[in-house]
Formats: sequence, structure tokens, C-alpha cells
Amino acid sequence: MSILNGHGLRPDYDIISGWVGQGARVLDLGCGDGTLLRHLRTHQGVFGYGIEIDDANVLAALANGNNVIQSDLERGLAAFGDASFDCVILSQTLQAMHHIEAVLLEMVRVGREAIVTFPNFGYAPNREQVAAGRMPVSKILPFAWYNTPNIHLCTMLDFEELCAKLELEILDLVALTEGKPVVDDPNLNGELAIYRVKRR
Amino acid sequence: MNAALSSIGNVTPQLARFDTPFVFKSGRDIPGFELMYETYGTLNADKSNAVLVCHALNASHHVAGTYDDDPESLGWWDNMVGPGKPLDTNRFFVVGVNNLGGCFGSSGPRHINPATQKPYGADFPVVTVEDWVNAQAQLADYLGIARFAAVMGGSLGAMQALQWAIAYPARLGHALVVASTPKLSAQNIAFNEVARQAIITDPDFHGGHFYEHNVVPARGLRVARMIGHITYLSDDVMAERFGRVLRDGMQFGYGPEFQIESYLRHQGEKFSGYFDANTYLLITKALDYFDPAADYNDDLALAFERARGVKFLVVSFTTDWRFSPARSREIVSALTANRADVSYAEIHAPHGHDEFLLEDPRYFALVSAYYARIAAEVGA
Repeated sequence: MSILNGHGLRPDYDIISGWVGQGARVLDLGCGDGTLLRHLRTHQGVFGYGIEIDDANVLAALANGNNVIQSDLERGLAAFGDASFDCVILSQTLQAMHHIEAVLLEMVRVGREAIVTFPNFGYAPNREQVAAGRMPVSKILPFAWYNTPNIHLCTMLDFEELCAKLELEILDLVALTEGKPVVDDPNLNGELAIYRVKRR
Repeated sequence: MNAALSSIGNVTPQLARFDTPFVFKSGRDIPGFELMYETYGTLNADKSNAVLVCHALNASHHVAGTYDDDPESLGWWDNMVGPGKPLDTNRFFVVGVNNLGGCFGSSGPRHINPATQKPYGADFPVVTVEDWVNAQAQLADYLGIARFAAVMGGSLGAMQALQWAIAYPARLGHALVVASTPKLSAQNIAFNEVARQAIITDPDFHGGHFYEHNVVPARGLRVARMIGHITYLSDDVMAERFGRVLRDGMQFGYGPEFQIESYLRHQGEKFSGYFDANTYLLITKALDYFDPAADYNDDLALAFERARGVKFLVVSFTTDWRFSPARSREIVSALTANRADVSYAEIHAPHGHDEFLLEDPRYFALVSAYYARIAAEVGA
């Protein structure tokens, strides 16, 4: 499910790791090969489950020593009780999902907090490609329009508007470009958006 | 692949004798009992590498290997258990056991009832999964195994792994639960009841004391096996393997005309030649009664509270309609509610319930990866 199934730590993982407390209970949605979960487990004593749909990723996440549960996120998180996790993570997967509102609400139901990362469509080079009359293709959005799994791309402003509608409070946000935090106008200069939210 | 070539080779069954009375869940007891078992691989010095493999309905202690180089005698899970296989006998000491009430050498209906000096027949106490696991725990004591690295099974065998986790959580590290369910559905019980009625109403059954009459209720056993077999296969695989093919055109009679008919008859015939009718009845009752949540307000999560510390791998198969993936997800959900270490895989595979016995590459890769983790934990 994850767009960049990173070998080695992706830049957003550093930020996420910093937000997840020592010994936290974590649910990682679309956990890929389980790299983040393993990092959190071995370095921060985190207990968690990864949810993954892809057979090869399930095997890789399991071989990485993680608890991994093969399941389709679109079917919801009914298997998990309210507030059963400290943190629910959705890393670079949101934009590939059909039921965005449902998954966000499920995340803040089963988790006290949620961390969501996604490629920021408002990033200047994306805008430039659209202004030039083309759909953006970049390192973080590597697909052509006709074969992309990314069906729900949004800008940081769009995401914040949805958070307001769903009554999600934004606790933290970081925008990264080339792996480094952006201070000035993140919706224009940030390539990857990372939000920490909870139910208001 | 020729499984026999990479098999563990010739193996020898052994008999363990227990001279203390065994009390069943029903309250009935027997003065002592015997368990037929086999072992593969070597128990390491700290006895940490033992794995118990539990059998399902019609299998036995003979999990892997052959007897006297006879390829026909290959163990029922030889593709899973052996040198270099997912449950690698170069690393693990594997124990297979014929359950109490069985018909492959362990105490069961064919054994002599000391009270009557005749075979128990239908008077052998009704067994439950709990009884089997209690007897297996005595075998573990006998073998000097304080704690299994893992207990593994498919279908009814997996129910035993679940029961181990609930009854003896300190005595196993991992439970591998394949193609299972936390309890039978009414539909599952219904199929079992039809099978039992086929046996019980066979005139050769003689109320379960057919041994004295030197007959076997073969007709009943055949029908029981045919019904069971239908539930082990998926509709798609049956269509693909047999379709509506007639062996010799329409004969306008009741002989085995369609391929599926002759296949089921063949399976029934084979089965009735080696399996004991009373054991079949006992095992289907054990299946029906299994419901670990029943003692915990029908709350499976509450039942698994007792299993704290045990880690789980749960595997289901998409085309298994006997114990569907939804039933495995119930198990997983009850485990995650307890924050148990659990991984779950849903294997896309065509063969239905029977898939757990077949060599599916994704299934085998997962089990291999999981055993590699266990091996690292116990230094195997």
C-alpha cells in the first residue's frame, strides 16, 4: 500500500519516531515491509501491529520480527476497540485510499492520536507542472496519471480543511523537502507533509 | 517435487504408557492410557527446541517420514516437516502424537475395557480438545519437555494449539493456528451430524460394538468421509478438477457416472478401510464441543487473557468455506484485544480447507519465516 516501501529509514520516519513515545502502543496502517515498526520496537520499546494487504509485504514485515495482520484498510478497523492504541500511523498511504474520511475517523477512534503523512500536492514543483499543463511526476509522485495508485492527492491546506470538517485537532505538523524541514510557507515549499492529530 | 526424496526418511512410532487414571471433561475416567507418538530431529541440551504437531480429523502421530522405505507410508504433513522444510527438523525436535480416542495405536475404542474385558467400542469416554491437550501435556512430561517452542496444527489440530495457549500458557512459546475457528458454526455441526448418522444407522454399527460381530460399518464410514470431503474442497477446485465430466456418457442409472461421484466413492472406500467408526464419532464430537469462550461468558478475548505471553501466527485461506477467513479474524481480534503478539495472513489459494495440507509457496514462506524467528529466540 505504501508508495515508497523504504529500505532504510525514510525521512518521515525520523519525525514520526520523534512523536511516538517510549513504550507506546502503535498501529501502523499500510506498514509495508515493517521497517518503521521494527525501528520503533527495537529503539523505543514500542508494542505494535502493522496492517498490510500485500502478500510480499506481509512476509517481509513478519520476517522483520513484527506483528503484522493481513487486512484491507478500506474495510475499516472494526477488529480494534476504541482508544486501544497510543498512536495510529498512516504513512504515505492516505492518497491511495478510497475512503479518506472513514479511515481518518477510524484512526482517531482506535488511537488517542494519529500521525498522517502524504505527498503535498501544493509543493511548488507540482504547481509548476500543473501550470505548464501536465500532471506532476516526481520522485515522491513517480507515477503517470494513468497508472498511479494515488487517487486522492491533496495539498496541506486541503488536508487541514478536512481536519476541521472532521473535528480533528492538529497537534503538530512538519513539512519536509529533500528530507529537511521547511519553515517558510510549507504548503508551497514542502514536498512531504506530516501531521499529528487527535479527536477534538 | 518428489516429497519422499527430501523426507526425513524412515521413522519409528513409539508407545508411551501412563499408569495413573485419566479423568475426561465428561467426568468419566479410564485407569490408565497409552499414546502412540513419533519424534523427528534432536532435542537440544536445554530442551528448548521442541515443537508439538497436532493432528486433525483423520491423521495421526505419523507426521513425517516413511516406514520401511515405503513411499505409500509418507507422513501426513511431510511437505511441512522435515530437513530444510518450513518446520525444519535440523533445528527443531518435532513430536507427533495420536490423540486419545484415536485408532492408530493410542488408547481408544478398539482397546480393551478393563471393566468388561471387551473392546470399549462406543463405551470409550467422549473426548474433548481439552482432554487431548491434557493427555499431550502428560506426554510432554514423559519426554522431559517442560515447554514447547511451539505447538502447531491445522483445522482441528489448530484448535489444540489454541487450547494449549489457554490451558498451559507457560508451557509453549508460540501457537501456530492454521485454517481454524474458535468454535464450530451450526452449519459445521450439521455436517458432522449427518456423518455421524450415516455411521450410527449403518446396520453393521451394532451400537458401536461391531468388533464383536467381526464387521465394520463401512457404508456409514464411506458416506461420512464423502460428506467431510465435500467440505474440504472449494466449489471452484471441484469444478476445475471434476466439472460435470461423465466417465462413460449418461447411463440413466445410479452408478458412479460423474467424475466427482467416482472420486468421492474412491475416497470413502479408502477411508472405510483404515479408519475406525467409533473414533470418527468421537472426533466429530470433540470438534462440535470445542468452544473455549463458553467458559468465559462467550467472550473469546476473556478466554485468551489466560494465554498471556504466548505468541501467535494465524493463517487462513480465502477459499476455505468450512473454516472461513472470517473465523480466523475472530481469533485475531480476540488476541489483539489482549495485546498479544500475533501475526495473521490470509492466503489467496484455490483449494479450500484442504489447502492447509498443500504446498502453497506463500503459506510455506510465511511459516518458514515464522519458524526462523522462533529458532532465533530459542537458539535452535
